[in-house]
Order: sequence, then structure tokens, then C-alpha cells
Amino acid sequence: MADDLKTPLLDELEKGPWPSFITDIKSMAGKNDYCKDLLGQLEKSYEDKRGYWKHGGLVGVMGYGGGVIGRYSALPDEFPGVSHFHTVRVNQPSGWFYTTDALREIMDIWEEHGSGLTNMHGSTGDMVLLGTRTEELEPIFRALTAKGWDLGGSGSDLRTPSCCVGPARCEMACYDTLAMTYDLTKSYQDELHRPMFNYKYKIKMSGCPNDCTAAIARSDMGIIGIWRDDIKVDQAAFAEYVDSGMDIQGAVVDLCPTGCITVEGKEINIDDSDCVKCMHCLNRLPKALSPGDDKGFAVCLGAKAPIVEGALFGSVIIPFMKIEDGDFEPMHDLIERIWEFWDEHGTSRERIGEFIERISLATFLEGIGEDPSPKMVKAPRDNPYIFYEEYYEEEGASASEE
Amino acid sequence: MADVSIEQLADDMFELVSSAAGQKKLKAGDLTKAMKEKYGDLSRADTKAAIKQLIDSGRCVYGYFGGSSIELPRVEGSANE
Repeated sequence: MADDLKTPLLDELEKGPWPSFITDIKSMAGKNDYCKDLLGQLEKSYEDKRGYWKHGGLVGVMGYGGGVIGRYSALPDEFPGVSHFHTVRVNQPSGWFYTTDALREIMDIWEEHGSGLTNMHGSTGDMVLLGTRTEELEPIFRALTAKGWDLGGSGSDLRTPSCCVGPARCEMACYDTLAMTYDLTKSYQDELHRPMFNYKYKIKMSGCPNDCTAAIARSDMGIIGIWRDDIKVDQAAFAEYVDSGMDIQGAVVDLCPTGCITVEGKEINIDDSDCVKCMHCLNRLPKALSPGDDKGFAVCLGAKAPIVEGALFGSVIIPFMKIEDGDFEPMHDLIERIWEFWDEHGTSRERIGEFIERISLATFLEGIGEDPSPKMVKAPRDNPYIFYEEYYEEEGASASEE
Repeated sequence: MADVSIEQLADDMFELVSSAAGQKKLKAGDLTKAMKEKYGDLSRADTKAAIKQLIDSGRCVYGYFGGSSIELPRVEGSANE
């Protein structure tokens, strides 16, 4: 760290058992002015109890409307190293798998053109490169694309699709999350780089209801693996859990949310008609229990963090779907019907979940051409006032008169 | 489908952005809807292509303040030297 920089308040954040981002920034402060002045400005922010960043909404690279988040210092004379401190989002590979060579490639580009600080990964999934100047953006873009990388999404566009490790590393995966992510990323390059929506649209793919990408809470469209038939049971492997002394009753049976598990001696029985696929028993007994054979995914819509309106969870729009023979066309068709209807009738900065809340699920389903199903209902209806359309089919007539 | 070229759509969109400059930030959806109002039925592919041409020609750039917009190139007020 630069010897002349005193940061007593930031130093407090280096104490305690956890890794400190201050220690990391200090390790870079002797190498470039970005990091030295970042520490200086941050210390001043702590002293004055206010932030000193200004929004920069016009910076980017030619042709793209996303991938760069502009930031300027409000104190450029005092901290010239962070006068410009833009963030660059890099589209991550499916499942966040990198070779060490690939990471070195990115880090070399970033040390040459930026602060050297990164965030692995941002909440949408991108690799996040923190802090560079406007005049460095095009050279960074050229260097990244020359090596086969691309920028991710930002603004009112399709945000970079992301997924869990899926079948590459996980026995619970009910569909190929990596292939789906790759396909959607490739198929919707325009939507990813050229903001054309009412607001952002995030797609996350989780291979099973464990939902390791938090799709149910953090994505406008969560594609979550599921199976329709019964949980597969290996009774011999279950007997080994019993023999090992595991507290099956306390750790598994009593924690089943629908009480659909019974154990007799060394045999486990599951009433699958009551199972809600919470994954608890499969997670505790992975050698004995596994997802069924009829695997696919459910599509949930509407989750978001609490910006503009309150936070929302996703709810089921398509209870079950499969990708057959690598044909993603049915998924494209669904996505495009949703976008078209939202484009046409949504308002500025209205996320898809807020849109559905405003117009009602019934109207939304009609708009995208999906038939309603009880599996889509997320809560019992609490309004007794409803229309029965058949009463109004003929002008001037009502069922009560017939 | 309406019989209008991508170039004409891009020119019309540019006029809209120019006339709204400093008063209203227009979004891609605003431009698309305005073109549909003017020319009737237009495909999503055509309006997308027109916006792409508008941006790639350098006549307009994407901006962001809350949501994304399409604006005339300019140096924003918050930019430092």
C-alpha cells in the first residue's frame, strides 16, 4: 500500500476472522492509482458518512447498450485515480467453469486496462471487473472479444443468463442447465446487448428444486428442474444409513413438510402423491434417494429484488416442460410470447412480476396463450366477487333468467 | 406487413429522438410503438433492425438512468474530464 495513505476507519474492517476486501484493495494500492484513490475516497466516505460516486449512464462500447456501468468520482481533484471508475460485466461461461488459462487471460486484460479489482461473480452471474476509465472501454472490449469473451447485460435488457453446475457436477440435475444457458445466451444476443424491454429481464436455470442459483427469488424467469414420477429408492443403501446410526426419524421423517415419509425397520416408504419436492430427504439420504426418471423443469415467473416495488418470489407459469432431442424451440416460443405481451402492455420500469400482479394472472395467461391450471395458483383466492363469463355470453341475457 | 424500409424506420426514429432531446428520454419500446402507430403492422424483427441501424450508425447511443433509453450522443453532465 502507498505509505502516505492513512485509513484508520477502513483499518477497522481488516479486524476479525473474515477475509477483508480492504486488505485486498490495499494489496493493489501500491500498483495503481485506481486502488490508492479508491481507498482514499472510501475513507473519506466513512469520515463524512456519505458516498462520493456519481452515476454515469451514457458510457459503453459502440453498438452495445449494456455491459458497462458508469461511475465517476464526485471528488475528481482530490482522488484523480477514481475520477472515472466504470464497471465492466463479462458474460460468464455456463456453470462458471473456467480453466486457469482463461482466468489469467481475463486478469491480464484487466490489469492492463483497469484497476485489477474483480468481483467473482455479480448477483446476475457475470464476472465483474471493477474500475476503469472511459477511454479504456473500447480497448478492453476489443481485447476481450479477440479472446472469445463478450460483455454481459445491464440496463433494460436480457441480463446474462446463468445456471448452476447442473449435470456437469451434480446428481440431482433434472435437465441440462448448461446447454439451456448456452442456447438462450446465443439465441438472444440482440436482447442481451441492445436494451429493448420495459425493464431488466433475468433468466436463471437451476437443475433441481435445491435451486442453487436462487432462481425462485432472483430471476424474472426461473427455470427449475423437477420430476413427475416417484422418487427412486435404493432400499439397500437406506439400510446402510440405518445401520450407520443416523437419526432417520429426527433428521428426515420429522422434517418432511407434508409428512409423506414412513419408516419400518430398515425400509423407507414415500407417498409421492403428497411429496412437494422440497428435496430435504434426497439431500440427507443421497445414496438411497434420487429424482425420478420422468425429468424436466418448471418455469416460474416474476421474482425480483425490492427495487421500485417490493420484493417478489416467482410463481409457476409452466408446471412441467421437457427439452426433447436438444430442440429448444418450445422454450424460445414461450419466452418470445411472454416478451411480446410484456412489451406491448407493460409500463416503463415494470418488471414482469409487477406486470402480472397489475393485470392479474388470468389476463396474463390469456395474453401469452397459455391455458390456466390449478398448478399455477400460488395462493387461495381471497376475493369472493368473481365473474362467470358464461352468464354474459348472450347480450341482455343472464344465466339466472334462463 | 407495412411496406416501409428499415432505413426509413431508422430515419423516422432518429427524428423522434432528436425532437424529444432534452425533454423526454425515449425507450426502444416508445420508438417501436410510434412506428407501429405511423405505419400500422410492423414485425418485431423490422423495428429491432431499425434500432440496430440507428445505434450502429452512431446517430444515437444507449443511455441509462433507471431504465435504458435511446439518446443523441452527448457528454453527460456528471462526466469528469
